[in-house]
Amino acid sequence: MSPGQGLGSAGPQVILDPFQFAFMIHALEAATAVSILAGVVGWLTVLRREIFAGHTLSVMAFPGAAGATLAGVPVAWGYLAACTAAALVLGPGTHAARRGFRDQTALVGTVQAVGLSLGLVALSVNGSVQQDLEPLLFGSIVGISAGRALSLAVLTVVLLALLATVGRPLLLTSVDPALARSRGLPVGLLSGGFLVILGVAVAAASQVTGALLVFALLIMPAGCARQLTSRPGPGLGLSVGLGLTFSWVGLELAYYTDYPLGFYVSSLGLSSYVTLRLLARRRGARASGATAPGEAR
Amino acid sequence: MIVWSGVDLSIARGEFVALLGPNGAGKTTLVQAMLGEIPLQRGTLEVLGRAPGGSRGNIGYLPQRHDSDGHARLRGIDLVRLGLEGARWGVPLPVPRRLWGDRRRAAEARVAEVIELVGAGDLVARPLSELSGGERQRVLIAQALAPEPSLLVLDEPLDSLDLPSQALIAALVQRICREAGVTVVLVAHDVNPLLGYLDRVVYLAGGSALSGRPEQVITGPDLSRLYGVPIEVLRASDGRLVVVGAPDAPSVHSPRHGHAHP
Repeated sequence: MSPGQGLGSAGPQVILDPFQFAFMIHALEAATAVSILAGVVGWLTVLRREIFAGHTLSVMAFPGAAGATLAGVPVAWGYLAACTAAALVLGPGTHAARRGFRDQTALVGTVQAVGLSLGLVALSVNGSVQQDLEPLLFGSIVGISAGRALSLAVLTVVLLALLATVGRPLLLTSVDPALARSRGLPVGLLSGGFLVILGVAVAAASQVTGALLVFALLIMPAGCARQLTSRPGPGLGLSVGLGLTFSWVGLELAYYTDYPLGFYVSSLGLSSYVTLRLLARRRGARASGATAPGEAR
Repeated sequence: MIVWSGVDLSIARGEFVALLGPNGAGKTTLVQAMLGEIPLQRGTLEVLGRAPGGSRGNIGYLPQRHDSDGHARLRGIDLVRLGLEGARWGVPLPVPRRLWGDRRRAAEARVAEVIELVGAGDLVARPLSELSGGERQRVLIAQALAPEPSLLVLDEPLDSLDLPSQALIAALVQRICREAGVTVVLVAHDVNPLLGYLDRVVYLAGGSALSGRPEQVITGPDLSRLYGVPIEVLRASDGRLVVVGAPDAPSVHSPRHGHAHP
């Protein structure tokens, strides 16, 4: 494009141009599926204050990849297995910690250290993690096959159906476990099950953003949505909508500039988050200015 | 572990009962036993004519609060909805009101009704974190009441409230007890804010219990014996009883000290 070209005709062309390539279409499909899944799961993760657990699950990429190389299976499968295994360990543990002595972050940290050390052992047995470490860590939009995009879409549909089935009980368990227990809900199963779903969602999101930038799609849209509303339905919708916006715009930018998608998704997430925080603060200042000083809330 | 033994009491339908005692006396343990969450080592317990846990849908429960509770991030109205339908699987579809089925309309009507009953109409549009302690309890009582329970169990609802809010909540709970015909068991460690409203008190202390009408049970000698510290019961100028002493003794299991001890 020359700088003088009119945007009116160039705009749509610029947006559509990347999708003459099959790999960009697969990337778009994968990013769309993953953004929807991460938007929903991330909103629940923020509500449940399990972000640290989410982080621990995301670094399971390392033992997962090292283990997969050792076992001779695709790295994505290794990641999925490592995330699920870690979630299964975290589930009963965090539940017990919540009920009793409330030191779940120490447990999550322990699982993280053990997971990483297992990865290190696998790595030293292997000699190396071989080829695909970089896309694993930072994501790559060129490497997504039609098959992988399809499996991410199927995974998203299955997990969303599962979450919709347990929707209300999971929400009640998340905000008030004691009340949920008194109603006879299986609080331990719901909490543990959510961590497994979180583990699978983290593994899925990492296919697009890379393992290190999973939070760009998992936590940032949810964090922004929480600035805007505390209502569950609209909050989930906003979280998904923002995630889709970040990844679609990010995909365009990544295509034209050759910088990784994860960088753009997190930059868009950061600028949205900062903008919303500033707006919320202004709104708060105006609201408190309206009430008399010292007035009880 | 034996928390208490030899406790024999019954609560009649429609009564407003306070479950009192120092911290660590087993008040919450008794509540959990009533909810069917922990079994009794010995003896029998019947709730609404059934074994504990058998009448879950018929008990409204307000758990003891902790600072880390996640519910503070939700709006009051969403919490009351969860109180009504939180145990139902699935999610409500995001469809416009005119497409709602009868069940959903009935649920929304019940939510509005119970919010009206506790007078929380202008509170429920805000997240719980933006409400004062007394306002929060008002909303959470609506949440516990939403499924039209026969028995309302409130665990320390007056905890960390200021005195006017304690009186407001006590009066509200009594009104609900009378108007809705709900049996109320309210756990507290200070009886004073409740005294004008109660039908019956149950004291748990020192591993046993004392129960009866407030003016029967709340006497200086009885309470002093139960708590193991000197307690006086005074009559205020308006005729109300006031309990003075150390009703919040740290532990009934620890060696007892006289009041002359520093």
